[in-house]
Amino acid sequence: MCLALPARVVSLEDGQQAVVELGGVRKRVSLALTPEAREGDYVIVHVGHAIGLVDPEEAEATLALMAGLEVLR
Amino acid sequence: MKYVDEYRDGTLARRVADRIAAEVQPGRRYHFMEFCGGHTHAIARYGLIELLPPALRMIHGPGCPVCVLPIGRIDQAISLALDRDVILCTYADTMRVPASESLSLMRAKAQGADIRMVYSAADALQLARQHPEREVVFFAIGFETTTPPTALVLRQARDEALANFSVLCCHVLTPAAITHIMDSAQAPDSGGLSLDGFVGPAHVSIVIGSDPYAQFARDYRQPVVIAGFEPLDVMQAILMLVRQVNEGRAEVENEFTRAVSPGGNQAAQAVMREVFELRESFEWRGLGEVPLSALRIRPEFAAWDAEARFGLNYRSVPDHKKCECGAILRGVKAPSDCTLFGTVCTPENPMGSCMVSSEGACAAHYTYGRFRDIPVVAAQAT
Repeated sequence: MCLALPARVVSLEDGQQAVVELGGVRKRVSLALTPEAREGDYVIVHVGHAIGLVDPEEAEATLALMAGLEVLR
Repeated sequence: MKYVDEYRDGTLARRVADRIAAEVQPGRRYHFMEFCGGHTHAIARYGLIELLPPALRMIHGPGCPVCVLPIGRIDQAISLALDRDVILCTYADTMRVPASESLSLMRAKAQGADIRMVYSAADALQLARQHPEREVVFFAIGFETTTPPTALVLRQARDEALANFSVLCCHVLTPAAITHIMDSAQAPDSGGLSLDGFVGPAHVSIVIGSDPYAQFARDYRQPVVIAGFEPLDVMQAILMLVRQVNEGRAEVENEFTRAVSPGGNQAAQAVMREVFELRESFEWRGLGEVPLSALRIRPEFAAWDAEARFGLNYRSVPDHKKCECGAILRGVKAPSDCTLFGTVCTPENPMGSCMVSSEGACAAHYTYGRFRDIPVVAAQAT
């Protein structure tokens, strides 16, 4: 039920809407909950709404942690 | 898919698993609960249990909104659709949940009720705009992840003075359910549930942040690690929990920093506060009445509150006598402990709610794990 996926913001539209892309699929979603999102950002999409943004640096740091490269953090 | 595929890497997962195995101390046991159905699903789907040492046990929690929705609430939605002639909109997950009189929303639809599956609350609002002559009710369920979109449509309906739209609000709150689980794990009659740590929600935490979990680490001395829903996230969180147990720490740690901040999504919290207030109590399937564990629509929005608009009263309905969903949701039983599991109760014909959603403990185990219960026996040469 809490399923949500990270998708890239392709273009911002009027009315707090944006077109996002995930794995080649494009869809119009609401940015009402993430007004700070910009083109190129990855947003986390749940039931047609972006509920948060992905922090690219933190994403890299977590992967490094998993690879056992904890000194990089 | 970026930010998905890299967190499903099998080689990395094995590396994390090796570290877990190396750091688990002999003679010690590690019983961790994953609260969320999303984690339950990831653990079952990616076979993470196979990667974990025997001293480490994962206990499935109640974090599946479909599973904890009591029969009485589904009955309310069905009666609106069958007796009040509304267009009832709902997320697909609720369609097959068993209700009273052998009904479900799916079966009510087959009897002619106008029930529509929607992808988003905004789609329900759009239906109301398109059908001004009909009452449109959105049956809203879910945890904090799903609540802000419902709040947005209620605000939008008020701004448009939309007269034929209302919401049957069944949104529930994660911290209240965790409190309930922690209390029952520490009670003398815990029914066998004892916990050494907690995998905290992924997407719920994007909305509420990591701060609300501090009380559990502090008051219950429970390690909490917030984790993303991909398999590597779950493995890394388990490693972090093992380290907390080994070092005698009980802290809130955040594995899912790429999306979760301490304070959460402020815009989402603001719209939820504007539209909803706490219910004194709400019935959860499996947990019973839990105080301050759900939201209702504020009086200012009463015109769009289906409970007020249609004068709905809540009637509690007991589960099927043999169904063990209650004990499974409290973490004291496993799906295979239920006599209905896999025989009478299957995903095609669910008797209990845990078999409905793919995130339910029973559905996840049925789909991905049920053959592990059967010992492998080599065929005899004749």
